[in-house]
Amino acid sequence: MLEINNLNAGIEDKEILRGIDLKVNAGEVHAIMGPNGSGKSTLSSVIAGKEEYEVSGGDILFEGESILEMDADERAHKGVFLSFQYPVEIPGVSVTNFIKTAINQTRKAKGLEDMPASEMLKKIREKSELLEIDRKFLSRSLNEGFSGGEKKRNEIFQMAMLEPKLAILDETDSGLDIDALRIVSNGVNKLRSSDNAVIVITHYQRLLEYIVPDFVHVLVNGKIVKSGGKELALELEEKGYDWVKAETAV
Amino acid sequence: MSLKDKLLSSYLTFQENQDFDNSIHDIKDAAIKIFEEKGFPTKKDENWKYTSLNSLVKGDFSLVGRNEDAIEFRDVKKYFLNDIDTYKIVFIDGKYSSYLSETTHDGVDVCLLSAALTKPKYKPVIDKYFDKIVKKDSLTSLNTAFAREGAYIYVPKGKTVSKPIQIVHFATGLESSLMLQPRNLVVVEENAEVQIIERHQSLNSNAVFTNSVTEIYAADHARVDYYKIQNDKEAASLIDNTHIDQQTSSEVAVHTFSFGGKLTRNNLNFYQNGEHNNSILKGVTIIEDKQHVDHNTLVHHKQPNCESHQDYKGIFDDRATGVFNGKVVVDSVAQKINAYQSNNNILVSDKASINSKPQLEIFADDVRCSHGCTIGQLDEDALFYMKTRGIGEKEGRALLMYAFANNVLESVKIPQLKSRITKLIANKLGVNLGFEV
Repeated sequence: MLEINNLNAGIEDKEILRGIDLKVNAGEVHAIMGPNGSGKSTLSSVIAGKEEYEVSGGDILFEGESILEMDADERAHKGVFLSFQYPVEIPGVSVTNFIKTAINQTRKAKGLEDMPASEMLKKIREKSELLEIDRKFLSRSLNEGFSGGEKKRNEIFQMAMLEPKLAILDETDSGLDIDALRIVSNGVNKLRSSDNAVIVITHYQRLLEYIVPDFVHVLVNGKIVKSGGKELALELEEKGYDWVKAETAV
Repeated sequence: MSLKDKLLSSYLTFQENQDFDNSIHDIKDAAIKIFEEKGFPTKKDENWKYTSLNSLVKGDFSLVGRNEDAIEFRDVKKYFLNDIDTYKIVFIDGKYSSYLSETTHDGVDVCLLSAALTKPKYKPVIDKYFDKIVKKDSLTSLNTAFAREGAYIYVPKGKTVSKPIQIVHFATGLESSLMLQPRNLVVVEENAEVQIIERHQSLNSNAVFTNSVTEIYAADHARVDYYKIQNDKEAASLIDNTHIDQQTSSEVAVHTFSFGGKLTRNNLNFYQNGEHNNSILKGVTIIEDKQHVDHNTLVHHKQPNCESHQDYKGIFDDRATGVFNGKVVVDSVAQKINAYQSNNNILVSDKASINSKPQLEIFADDVRCSHGCTIGQLDEDALFYMKTRGIGEKEGRALLMYAFANNVLESVKIPQLKSRITKLIANKLGVNLGFEV
């Protein structure tokens, strides 16, 4: 589904990603772990299409097609979803109106009519129950005054509504208490299928107890220095990132 | 002949044809003298530094419309709020249109100023209120001199007007250019309440220059909710002079929605003459091309324990220009007041501009006064966020601007009006986002 080949990228002449290779197939969950400043968030932003980042080499293929030249919204229409570490507050637009706009814009891009109101309402009800979201919450301004947990739950709610093929969860566990973590992970797990894939970007192993990855990659200094199964996450938790750094040091 | 000369020379003829009593003639004679001395304001006046009336005062405006019932309701229906029952006071080229109006004398007076100025039964109210609160500036004085027609609204003690009142001024454009000077008087007695929606609308692209004056008196515990819809055509210019007198524990809110017109100047003056007043001034301005909107506000805190809230937002595209000049004066006796002022603007184009000038004159020492002013572009992080959800650049920008402007509408108390303005804003920003409104 996603194929990243020798990706080099940075911002304002500063190189951050130095030759990333990654292949994600449908049905898989990949975890990307790494210390602060290793390039985890840059990688997610570059896949999602943030314009400030300059890609200086390599390619990103989504379902066999290069997406580097595509705008972020086009990538979203193809089925790429990024859950933000720090979701943006948009005062004056309710959660409901925002998600309706997002869904209908995506449908429009695919040449479809707006989703009928009854179908929309049913879907909103279904997905908000899945994430244990209160109805009142849906009429509040998007992310304005939300707690950390509410913001993340709202991100996963939007993911549930948009049903992307590839979901990238950037530090979704940060700022979550244990209950919120359970709700959010439960939501993600219920959305998993053989047709979609998830990339979980995290600093800590904690989230991976709930969303169990098929593969774990360790990102250090803009490179994937080690890949393995879910047991790699435990090993990292125990030994710390210095262990990988030491092991992979040339 | 300049517009000033034309006005001065037509004044005597105008007066001769009116059956006002002497006290009104005296007020008018005094007013025309002030206008004669001061003339139209120029950019040399500090208060008019960023707004030029040059093109207007050189124009050859007719001072009287052709008294023709030239419009059918179906042609102008869209300019009214139709989905709720309202009283209507409608003028066509400055003349009252009885067939478009719905007035009342049942418990409250919703009728014409011309009647109030000439009939004896209104004399006590006219003597007490007409021309009493207004600033004696040149434009208000000019209006006073020629004032004859407009809305007269009198709400006696303890009464709530059962439905909103729409005041609509149409200009037919039968004259190639026409000057109008409507005058409204609104008196709301103790514990009384009223909601008013005012609109000026030209029906074709001929020039109209409206110099309007509204006096509002809110007695103890009175509540007045006033909405101004300024969404006129490209050759229409409006100077709106509104003067508000507030007595103890009254609340007056004025919302101004400026979406169109060539030149719009709002002189909005609040005088807090009692304790525990609340004054609310809100504005949304969304303009483009070479349109110009100037908000000149004054809140004069003359008594202690009062509040004022000002929130003006503007979105300027193309070569549009905006002015916000917000003055707050706090007298030395006006302790424990809370005055809040905020003016936020988005410049969509490089050629658009806004001059924002807060002015605080505080002579009391135990007060809370806050003010803030921002001028910016749209939040790029928010745009990226929306794109990752499939919302494209154009729609994202529209959604952000919509959200920015729409925040001001929270205090609109008539739901049908709120939904109307919400739709206007969405249309104005060029994208149908399919909102629930």
